[in-house]
Amino acid sequence: VSLSAWLEARLPLAGVRRFASHKTVPVHRYNSFYFLGGMALFFFLVQFATGVLLMLYYRPSADEAFESVEFIMTTVAFGWLIRSIHSWSANLMIFFAFLHLVSVFFLKAYRAPRELTWVTGCLLFFLMLAFGFSGYLLPWNQLAFFATKVGTDVAGSVPVVGEWLLRFLRGGDRVSGGTLSRFYGWHVAILPAVTTGLVAIHLAQVQLQGMSVPPAVERRGEPVPGMKFFPDFLLRDLFGWVLALGVIISLAALFPWELGEKADPFAPASAEIRPEWYFVFLFETLKLVPGGEIAGIEYEAIPILFFGFSAALVVLVPFLDRGAAQGRRTLFDLLGGVAVAYMVGMTAWGYRSWTPVYAIVAAAAVLGVLGIGTRAGGRRAGR
Amino acid sequence: MTGYDTQPPGPAFVTRRRLLDWMLGTSTGALLLSIAYPVVRFLSPPRVPEATTRQVEAGPVNDPELIERGFKIVRFGAEPVILIRVAEDDFRAFSATCTHLDCIVEYQRADQRIWCNCHNGQYDLTGRNVAGPPPRPLERYAVNRVARGPREPAGLVVSRS
Repeated sequence: VSLSAWLEARLPLAGVRRFASHKTVPVHRYNSFYFLGGMALFFFLVQFATGVLLMLYYRPSADEAFESVEFIMTTVAFGWLIRSIHSWSANLMIFFAFLHLVSVFFLKAYRAPRELTWVTGCLLFFLMLAFGFSGYLLPWNQLAFFATKVGTDVAGSVPVVGEWLLRFLRGGDRVSGGTLSRFYGWHVAILPAVTTGLVAIHLAQVQLQGMSVPPAVERRGEPVPGMKFFPDFLLRDLFGWVLALGVIISLAALFPWELGEKADPFAPASAEIRPEWYFVFLFETLKLVPGGEIAGIEYEAIPILFFGFSAALVVLVPFLDRGAAQGRRTLFDLLGGVAVAYMVGMTAWGYRSWTPVYAIVAAAAVLGVLGIGTRAGGRRAGR
Repeated sequence: MTGYDTQPPGPAFVTRRRLLDWMLGTSTGALLLSIAYPVVRFLSPPRVPEATTRQVEAGPVNDPELIERGFKIVRFGAEPVILIRVAEDDFRAFSATCTHLDCIVEYQRADQRIWCNCHNGQYDLTGRNVAGPPPRPLERYAVNRVARGPREPAGLVVSRS
């Protein structure tokens, strides 16, 4: 008996093969957006593999965490490579997950019947942020220590539940070794377990429902050509993954992730204290808020509540955006545009000491003009 | 599959398809090897040099623990060493790591034996393995008395013999 026949008798392979042979991916000029989610998935897999490796040497305690990461970076063979890949890949994962979310939003892929795919995707994005926030503290360096103090303190200003939330996050009243153990537990056990389950659900949803065809393509009323998912689309995916692997390895080799100085709870915060780049827009917003309180609520809490409300709104968009089903442009396109512009703008503002703001504005303007230009060109070519 | 592929020419002739397959296969193999090599190296723990210890102070001759139980375990660098008070002026020291499976031994004063709890290994007071599974004797260390002060009891110093 051949191995394939043996497996065939025990697993429903024929059904899987039949499903795979029928599955097609629509082909149109927004096709490249279909690869963003796969990219984020690839970086997640890299995170999983490198994270498991790092766990073999990392020690989650205030006395040993920094030293153990130092040991990984200087003594363990290829430890510097594994850790740098983990850090670079984490940032690229968030970047691609964000692009994926934004493109799905504007292509209105959350339209019925894919509302729940959007919901699981949003939850996954928030989990990625939680991964980033908890992982940032683990090397127990100055930067991470103060960023965590600030980040958890922000949670403390939420009305009513703030104090509980702060103690829940910190594992006590202040950021200490107890916080480190807690963040470690979240980072390597709770979040991966929840995320793995959600990724499985999200992928199953995508596989079962197929790719959404954007309204702009649908509106033409022409039949949309398709490409076989297996092997044609998958091979393209894999090609991108190999490319991405090359990019993260090059980044890790050329720009190994820094370790910084060991956290010292009694040293003044240095001037470089900032959260990871994807939280910078929040950080900059909070800097603009003056101290004071109104009706027992600190001013600080207002933007925090606003961002929390916005996040909930994002998750619920498929149920609120009624016009999307008819393929109309709606208020949500405008709101999304404003939100993205705000986030990009505030992030750029946060990095103004690195790059002059006018350079960023000019680059954004050029990209915008090019984008509009290609759209117009594409429309002409389409006719 | 094209008709061309289904009728392969003679073995001396390499089709374009076969060449491409070969290139794809070797590239994939090289990629996987270049991932596996750093991972395997990472998994092998680096050798961390330990400071070599020549001798350690093991406390005074009248250490109550030594008198009550007849022995104590001394840190010799990262190694445990068992210091035994056989008689008032007879101190002996051995490696405390059982030669069988790495457990730490203890001294049984009643039987005048060094005994390992894990698998009932027994050594006599020269460190020789006399009963049970241990394959080799315990390594012996030298014990010397040193004067410490005019009114203080003498101290014990354990050193590699």
